[in-house]
Amino acid sequence: MSAIPSGPRPKHLTIGRIGMYCFILTCALFFLMPLYVMIITSLKDMDEIRAANILNLPKELSFYSWPKAWSQACTGFVCEGLKPGFFNSIKITVPSVIVSVGLSAINGYALAFWRFKGAYFFFGLCMFGAFIPYQVMVYPLLKIEDALGIYSTLPGIILVHTIFGMPILTLIFRNFYTSLPIDLFKAARIDGGNFIKIFLYVIIPMSAPITIVAVILQVTGIWNDFLLGLVFAGRDNQPMTVQLNNIVQVDYGVAEYNVDMSATILTSLVPLFVYFISGRWFVRGIAAGAIKG
Amino acid sequence: MKNNVEVKNISFSYGKTEILKDLSLDIREGEFMVLLGPSGCGKTTLLNCIAGLLDLTDGQIWIEDDNVTWKEPKDRHIGMVFQSYALYPSMTVEKNLSFGLRMMGTAKNLINEKIKKAANLLQINELLKRKPSQLSGGQRQRVAIGRALVRDAKVFLFDEPLSNLDAKLRAELRYEIKKLHRDLSNTMIYVTHDQIEAMTLADRISVMKDGLIQQLDTPKQIYNKPANLFVAGFIGSPSMNFLNAKFDKSNQNIIVRKKQIDISKYENINNLMNDQEVVFGIRPENINIEQNENSIQCKVELVEPMGADTLVWTSVEGNPISIRLEGSSNFNLNDEISISFDINKSSIFDSKSEERI
Repeated sequence: MSAIPSGPRPKHLTIGRIGMYCFILTCALFFLMPLYVMIITSLKDMDEIRAANILNLPKELSFYSWPKAWSQACTGFVCEGLKPGFFNSIKITVPSVIVSVGLSAINGYALAFWRFKGAYFFFGLCMFGAFIPYQVMVYPLLKIEDALGIYSTLPGIILVHTIFGMPILTLIFRNFYTSLPIDLFKAARIDGGNFIKIFLYVIIPMSAPITIVAVILQVTGIWNDFLLGLVFAGRDNQPMTVQLNNIVQVDYGVAEYNVDMSATILTSLVPLFVYFISGRWFVRGIAAGAIKG
Repeated sequence: MKNNVEVKNISFSYGKTEILKDLSLDIREGEFMVLLGPSGCGKTTLLNCIAGLLDLTDGQIWIEDDNVTWKEPKDRHIGMVFQSYALYPSMTVEKNLSFGLRMMGTAKNLINEKIKKAANLLQINELLKRKPSQLSGGQRQRVAIGRALVRDAKVFLFDEPLSNLDAKLRAELRYEIKKLHRDLSNTMIYVTHDQIEAMTLADRISVMKDGLIQQLDTPKQIYNKPANLFVAGFIGSPSMNFLNAKFDKSNQNIIVRKKQIDISKYENINNLMNDQEVVFGIRPENINIEQNENSIQCKVELVEPMGADTLVWTSVEGNPISIRLEGSSNFNLNDEISISFDINKSSIFDSKSEERI
């Protein structure tokens, strides 16, 4: 018997590990490259861009493309930059997210705890709804909204986003709620809670992680949406993505790549910001409910 | 005595599986009723039906002369304690206790008074400001009991409340629940699969299997006079010894292969028929080590010292037999012993019907 264990101490840095780091690093570089190009291009002036050294750092920093993209770039015949689109996107995103997340939470709660007749059928319907590509529904929905008189209005586009968000969000909430102990719900029923009271006082206080996940999904999804915004929002409510497209797709004059790049970065800033501040919660929420169940 | 809870011919099916079948049970006022059985026997389902958390397929439930069959759980004047504690994680202990009262719209000073009383009774005064996550298992279950107490329930329902606790805490809380029942003398219905809890707590135990009540009686009766083979085998640890045998009326013996056992002292011997196939059951403590004309020779095969007593394993005609002896007794492997059965305290079952004779 010896006090020293036999065999060498397990190494922490093995060849496999080094290989893994190399792979991760390569992936990171691969995905960061476009961002790098976008940022440096946005900081060059047009002469330098024409010189075509796409990876070179700017010789002289010029910031003029940023304010131009924000408030002067031309989208079609109007030259107000992305600013109106930004506020339109906010006007579309905020109510859509609140309504769809709120309703989906109630739906998920009802599906998980109040096993009403046909709950399984409804659950299947949600599953189905979550996986139908929405191009299929664009035209019928357009006709319906037209008949309702809300086509090409702000409420119209909000309604569309709410409807399309709900199946998947309902599933996410339902899965999260079924992972909560059912006894909690039973205790609340004995304690005198009804449908609404149990939801408000017992379920909502426990829903923070999954609500954050749902909000992230919806904010990024709605903010990044192009198709629905283009079809349903109408000229006055065009979201930022549609305006970005109009800036980038020039039919006449000079293509100002630096302005395009600034505009693109500005447009993606909101989802980027949301991911950065909520990454930790996102992972936690996914682990807590979205996958399990 | 008045009945407090009456379960009348209830059935409950989950999809196509019938879990409770035409079950009836009367629980007297102030009684401590334990529903005991292996998992899947329907005891928790029965409790949930009484609580109104599951809708009956058929039958009625009455609480204090009120037909509550279709009433919401909150209107049944019950308090319930769960195995998983089921404390609201986002609320402090105080808020957990008061939740039910707040939902009912009770006046604030009355709520405080009741919380104080319950907290004193359960010694959880220091915990009132804490969240459930900051409590130990035992403390959580105390709070859960407190939450049932403050509601002034007519009936308390316990769903395996001690099963998640370690052995020492379980014994402690068991003692406290018993004391609580002594002091409050409310009707309590307690579900467990732990026979020690059932024996120690119950006024009456109803032993369940496959959605049916096998026997409903006092712990003493259930232990000493089990109604059928299932109850006999389920109650008691170490469990009852069984020998398959045939009755010989001419000399009032039962025959286990080659061995004869005189059972002329058995209380219901007249109900036995000649050549009837029976199962002879005897508890480990009702076997004596002594030499007499009726004793059987066998060998010690295993010794399990348990402190207060010692369990000696042997076998009779290939059937393992355990004998409970004093802790001080000293036996070694392969010792020759002669054992005799205390026939007065034995149980004899019909092999086919498995009912007690």
